[in-house]
Amino acid sequence: MSLQVNCRKIVGGYGRGKALVTRQPINFLAMLDTKVGTITDQDHELFGQSVKNVILVFPNAIGSSVGAYAIYSLRVNGVAPTAIVCTNKADITTASGCAISSIPVVDMLEKTLSCMLSSQMNISVDADNGILAVI
Amino acid sequence: MELTPNDERSLRGEHGETIASAYRILVAIGTATEAKKLVPIKWAHLSGVNYNTIGNAGVKFLEEFAEDGTTRVAVKTTVNPMGFDRTKPNNLDENFVKQQMKIVKLYEGLGTSPSFTCTPYEIFDIPQRGTAVSFAESSAAIYSNSMLGLLTNKESSLSALASSVTGKAPYSELRVEEFRHPKVAIKPELKLLTELDFGLFGYFTGKVVKDSCVALDGIRKSKPDIMKTKSLSAAIGTSGTCGMFTSSEEEPTKEVIPFDKTEFNAVRDELSTAEDGNIIILGSPQIGINELSLVVDLAKDKKFSKHCMVFCSRAIFNQASQIGLAGKIERAGCEFMCDSCACLTPLINKDDVDSIITNSVKAAYYMKLFNRTGVALKDLKTIVRDYTN
Repeated sequence: MSLQVNCRKIVGGYGRGKALVTRQPINFLAMLDTKVGTITDQDHELFGQSVKNVILVFPNAIGSSVGAYAIYSLRVNGVAPTAIVCTNKADITTASGCAISSIPVVDMLEKTLSCMLSSQMNISVDADNGILAVI
Repeated sequence: MELTPNDERSLRGEHGETIASAYRILVAIGTATEAKKLVPIKWAHLSGVNYNTIGNAGVKFLEEFAEDGTTRVAVKTTVNPMGFDRTKPNNLDENFVKQQMKIVKLYEGLGTSPSFTCTPYEIFDIPQRGTAVSFAESSAAIYSNSMLGLLTNKESSLSALASSVTGKAPYSELRVEEFRHPKVAIKPELKLLTELDFGLFGYFTGKVVKDSCVALDGIRKSKPDIMKTKSLSAAIGTSGTCGMFTSSEEEPTKEVIPFDKTEFNAVRDELSTAEDGNIIILGSPQIGINELSLVVDLAKDKKFSKHCMVFCSRAIFNQASQIGLAGKIERAGCEFMCDSCACLTPLINKDDVDSIITNSVKAAYYMKLFNRTGVALKDLKTIVRDYTN
């Protein structure tokens, strides 16, 4: 039996995989190498980790408006996350970048679950039905 | 979000794939920002022009977006800086130049104005207060909301592009009056003297404020000049999601966060990683006429002792040339770089320079994280004092 919670669909689709979780926001333009999908900001808690084929769980994007193109670059380069979960509220950069990259996005999880999520957990995101499950 | 029957048809692709993808973007951001409907906008400003930032994937996207050959912008649309100054020789490889020019052509094909500026508000006529617009380029969005009373969210490259070809944007967040009031104030406990101080204050503000509007204590009373408010807006945009500032005098808030010496030093130490640098870069956001006048006044008859690159829009450069300012700047040993911006320029990288000197917090952030050089942050007066003789 998996743990399920409701969430809000921002970009539809379904994704399943290992979670990569951070409590820190991300500037997609400045903090990522979009060719390989790794976080390059030494001060970020995900430094050195790859967003490729993971369920990226983070609060929201910050900074550059061009971050939307950075998300699309991840998709074109084959290193995009399978799905994105915003633990705060999905922002315009994330929503628009994922909308053209067909990366499912959800937000507004119940607070308790949002705190429980940690990296390496197996998660499924059913954005169309607004359901996130820990498998 | 409610769509009109015509919007629904556009979303289904009845008006072509380009318009359909624009609507998919509008629906996603409309949902994220809890918009009830789309509203008409009068002006879109696009980011995502510099090949250094959007890369091959960006070129591919724009090629597909413009593929039908018939889609044109529906409203006045201006664009951000590109990677280099087309009138000057540069050290960039052939491919960069080729791809950059492809991007320029693609935007021109959509009917955008070749403004190549991150400070459109210093160049174009400003619509009356209360006009809805769609500005990507975070510094311009924040400046326009806060100083000019325009209504925009802190858009992304893609959301502003979607608004430019549809002429519409979600009626949400900072386009709605009730969201343009702050819940939190930031109070400087030390005197903010220079444009750099305002930048560091803005960088701290963007980091700590989660709302789309923030109150800054004393901001109207101290009557900061445009150099300071540009610096402030750019720095807020760099570190967070906040898209507007107002003043505590006009709108007191319950929660007040202090910005004291400790916070000031922490953000300065995070961004200013070097004592000195190999070159000076000015103009992030792109430099304005009043800043150029100030450089001339401060430098008087002296010359810069280090290479000083001044990033500027073509429009401001032409204006400065007409009034004799540009010549004075060049005689002081500075080099103008038009159509491009200090922040995210491909012209500077760690192979050529260890560290740069700048008065811009935004440039410092991207130089450190994107160009990977060291940064010596100094205010303009100090830069001119230390590096001219």
